[in-house]
Amino acid sequence: MKRYVMGFERPLAELESKLDSLKELEVSEEPDLAREIEELTVEVDELRGTLYSALSPWEKVQVSRHPDRPRTQDYVAALFTDVVELRGDRAFRDDPAVLTALATVAGRRVVVLGHRKGKTARENAERNFGMAHPEGLRKARRGMRLADKLGLPIVSFIDTPGASPGVGAEERGQAWAISECLATLSSVRVPVVAVGIGEGGSGGALAIGFGDRLIMLEHAYYSVITPESCASILVRETDRAGEMAASLALTAQDLVDLGLADEIVGEPRGGAHRDPEAAIGDVGRAVVSALDALSEREADALVEERYERLRSIGEFTGVG
Amino acid sequence: MPVRDWFKARDDRRRYAPVNAAQGRSEAARGAWHKCDGCGRIMYGGERADNLCVCPQCEHHMAMSAGERIASLVDPGTFQEIDEGLTSRDPLQFTAGTPYAEKLAGARERTGLNEAILVGKATIGGAPAIVGAMDFRFIGASMGSAVGEKVARAFELATAERLPVVLAIASGGARMQEGMLSLMQMAKTSAAVARHDAAGLGYVAVLTHPTTGGVTASFATLADVTLAEPGARVGFTGPRIIEQTTSEKLPKDFQSAESMLAHGMIDEVVSRDAIAARVASLLRYLVPRDGGGSVA
Repeated sequence: MKRYVMGFERPLAELESKLDSLKELEVSEEPDLAREIEELTVEVDELRGTLYSALSPWEKVQVSRHPDRPRTQDYVAALFTDVVELRGDRAFRDDPAVLTALATVAGRRVVVLGHRKGKTARENAERNFGMAHPEGLRKARRGMRLADKLGLPIVSFIDTPGASPGVGAEERGQAWAISECLATLSSVRVPVVAVGIGEGGSGGALAIGFGDRLIMLEHAYYSVITPESCASILVRETDRAGEMAASLALTAQDLVDLGLADEIVGEPRGGAHRDPEAAIGDVGRAVVSALDALSEREADALVEERYERLRSIGEFTGVG
Repeated sequence: MPVRDWFKARDDRRRYAPVNAAQGRSEAARGAWHKCDGCGRIMYGGERADNLCVCPQCEHHMAMSAGERIASLVDPGTFQEIDEGLTSRDPLQFTAGTPYAEKLAGARERTGLNEAILVGKATIGGAPAIVGAMDFRFIGASMGSAVGEKVARAFELATAERLPVVLAIASGGARMQEGMLSLMQMAKTSAAVARHDAAGLGYVAVLTHPTTGGVTASFATLADVTLAEPGARVGFTGPRIIEQTTSEKLPKDFQSAESMLAHGMIDEVVSRDAIAARVASLLRYLVPRDGGGSVA
């Protein structure tokens, strides 16, 4: 089986392919083979554990983009029942890069939002790599307003490199689409649980990516700008993206340290893509427990606390 | 000199009303020669200032300091600055490119400002309002924690005192050097605007060159009425990034105020000398049902 190998995984991939070739041999012909396979399996597992327990920020960014990483649609399919998707912004078109749906999780009716990356080249072409156009964000805003009207909690899955750049997106008001989502999401009178499952790139992520709780998968990132764009703007060298990733404080742990994220959901050894089912299950439990905790809050208190939560963000001094 | 003193003595001739030499620029700058970025015409600093930094030959609208902008907008002598001391810290100890601490110190020194936005109370055409202006010279008028805080406080004060808000905006976007703390200022400022809006109060945004990135995608595009200066670039993603990532051919007037007007994203393109009067007209309409508050 051909694997997608990230640079830092190369030593691991070498061991794995050695293991694969050993497994192809006939055990009966080589008496020591079974033991060798067993030892190598342990070694591979240990190396994976070592690598993944000390990922650099840039390595985490790569893991967050892994093509086999579970996507919004995988979480929705596994965790939610009776899913009714809403389509279109009622002005221009339906943007497949954004999911908006009515759904049920653990007996609770909710509105689900999410960036929808594809897994294949064709899916990604259709879904623009999960980069929303204005109409996608306006569809998400329809979901927010419906949730507000019906008193349904919002669960939002963040997984995008950013809002779509391009002539059409600009001419249809990408900036307006984002700011309107921000204004609406900050004031809906229902619980909002946001989950960073992969990439959290800039305004396109933020538009549906904050609320009363922010849960981050262990290797997901969330950043004011992608490391590549940051490098391109600040030092005009995109190959320094790794250095930027370290500077931008974009990992799940950084977000907790900055007081922006509430909880980190640990990933299976080797990343969520190694065991999507386990990762999805863990995210599901975290989401349900956040919804349970928030469901007891009065709407007024909830909105006030969300406002205070946003208002308290920032590091400044009052000189002079 | 406290920034508010810039606005005390102000000559009052009109058509391209003159601004005081000290309003964000030194006497030396007034004496220096300037070249129009539009047509290349050389003009004396004083002539430039007296013409609201608009080229008398080609009408190109050159950048204004926040001080000059406020002076061009408000009734003489009415501006009282608030939160003038607020300034960002360096929470991430960001050192890629020019270290952020140095950048901040340099911007403060060069502009005489503590941050990329000036905010205060003033009257415009006699109507009281909370008024703010951003200064592109201060790290590209990017929004970090302090800019976000000043904007949020401006809308909160306006909500408490039942006043409209008028902001003259320019910005390169979120301030990368503050990482996620600056991205979150987009949500913070938008939340404050939403409360002001829900309280039935008016907000006029004047978009100037350039208004881009995270500022465009937050408080800049949540106004009741949005004006822009001729030729101002207004957009989210910058043209260079769009060309790099999509290889799309950009239309000639891409992201210009005129093009955004045609696409239905703003209400009017207004030349600089007419902005104060237009805002004054709007403030006559943007009055809450209960009549609103007044500047003490």
